[in-house]
Amino acid sequence: MTKEECKKVVLDIIADIAPDEDLSNVKPEVRLRDQLQLDSMDFLDIVMELRKRHGIEVPEADYQQLASLDSCADYLTPKFLALAAKG
Amino acid sequence: MNASNHYDVAIIGAGMSGLAAGIRLAHFGKKVCIFERHNAVGGLNSFYSMGGRKFDVGLHALTNFVRPGVKGTPLTKLLRQLRIDRAEFALCEQKQSRVAFGPEGETSLRFTNDFSVFESEIAAQFPEQIDGFRRLVTKVRAFDDVSLDAAPISARAVVREHITDPLLEDMLFCPVMYYGSAQEHDMEFGQFVIMFKALFLEGFARPLDGVRVILRVLLDKYRQAGGERRMKCGVAKIIAHAGRASALILDSDEEITATHVISSIGAPETERLMSSATGKPPLTPGRLSFVETITILNRQPADLGWGGDTIVFFNDSPRFDYECPEEPVDARSGVICIPNNFDYGTDLKLSEGIFRVTCLARYDRWATLPEDAYQAAKRAWFATVQRSARRFVPTVADDALVEATLATDMFTPRTITKFTGHIGGAIYGAPVKHRQGRTELENVYLCGTDQGFLGIIGAMLSGISMANYHILQKS
Repeated sequence: MTKEECKKVVLDIIADIAPDEDLSNVKPEVRLRDQLQLDSMDFLDIVMELRKRHGIEVPEADYQQLASLDSCADYLTPKFLALAAKG
Repeated sequence: MNASNHYDVAIIGAGMSGLAAGIRLAHFGKKVCIFERHNAVGGLNSFYSMGGRKFDVGLHALTNFVRPGVKGTPLTKLLRQLRIDRAEFALCEQKQSRVAFGPEGETSLRFTNDFSVFESEIAAQFPEQIDGFRRLVTKVRAFDDVSLDAAPISARAVVREHITDPLLEDMLFCPVMYYGSAQEHDMEFGQFVIMFKALFLEGFARPLDGVRVILRVLLDKYRQAGGERRMKCGVAKIIAHAGRASALILDSDEEITATHVISSIGAPETERLMSSATGKPPLTPGRLSFVETITILNRQPADLGWGGDTIVFFNDSPRFDYECPEEPVDARSGVICIPNNFDYGTDLKLSEGIFRVTCLARYDRWATLPEDAYQAAKRAWFATVQRSARRFVPTVADDALVEATLATDMFTPRTITKFTGHIGGAIYGAPVKHRQGRTELENVYLCGTDQGFLGIIGAMLSGISMANYHILQKS
């Protein structure tokens, strides 16, 4: 999985959680909270959808790693790769 | 342990809160079953059929309505958390509602889903109070009403810091109390804030076919997520061992086990299912119950001159007494709902007219009546309630109303207890709420009325919050 694919995974989840948000111009380097109306319930859902759909675990201490699309990609891509290597 | 009768989560009660909790848990892969004693879902917000008609109970209007694009409010959170597209609820907005006080409704404040209407009505009729009212609204907007551990403060005390005219104070409390307060006379300020936002800052809407549209959406989501449901099968007993629920005994005498139990049936009602003697005094059930009269008309209410108002909150007395009455019913105040008066668009309308009136009532005056006396009391109070309410809507001659009436029905506190199991017909539950949903048993949590988020949207958010807080965030 590339970092771009990883960003797509996160955006797909956000699109399902928050269909009322316009995701066509999300800036990868800007905090998601600063450009979308996402609250702590929504972030919890991103974490849980990652687990449900992809088997990726994000411990609570690491939630801040999901702040922007770029930081999501940096944090999650190695987890996806590790999972693929195991599989 | 037999895997087939063990669940990750057992939910007691298939009302709005239990269904919402179930959707969240099933969506995230939990093995969930909802146990419901009645043969219909919905609990306090349900419907029944009689004489070929469907009657809604509970829902007058869905509160907390905001238009598409408004974010961060309870309705938006709910739709996101349950993955519901707002088009599925097909919500239609109210036309106009009023708070009408005085023996003939002399003081009347209109409000719509546009808050500026209410504000300008108060500015026009209470010019000396408007600055205080605006300060109160600022405070309400800034208040964190979903905090799970806020200290309780008196809403009457906070409102009086800003509003000095007792008439306006009562006119603000009347709708807010009638649509959700389990406490007599006063409310906890956090509860006041929830309801004030839900009614005035947000607003009223309704699907054309009423509460069953919302219930159908919830049931579909729950089923699609893989949730199980057992109808006509309540939980008779919670067996406790070492501070935890170790098993549930069903009405059918079957025994099941669950890692977690979420109970939506009320705090005192849940306590009564627990077998453990804690030595503590039992929880106090609520005292506030209601009657509702329903009149079915052979024409649109507008044809009788009742086309203007969606909801009217009324009171005829010098002060508004929100308390359990001495008499079977207190018809001095109440709520009129005319479901035809939502804006369903030009092509759609309800086929018959509906005129509903809700008043405060006393459970024990209804509970013990023999059947024929009960029926006679229903007839007598129906007439009293309807006569009282008609003072607050445009005059219709008695014979014209009789001629237009196709059918009538009425529910009483006794009906509520019979179909929902709520002790004392207490629609809004016990006066003391349990924000964190904890009970005497470590793995049994409350959701719904007695957790303390109010209204229909509040009920669903309560189920969501408790499922998140106690189960999903911890696994």
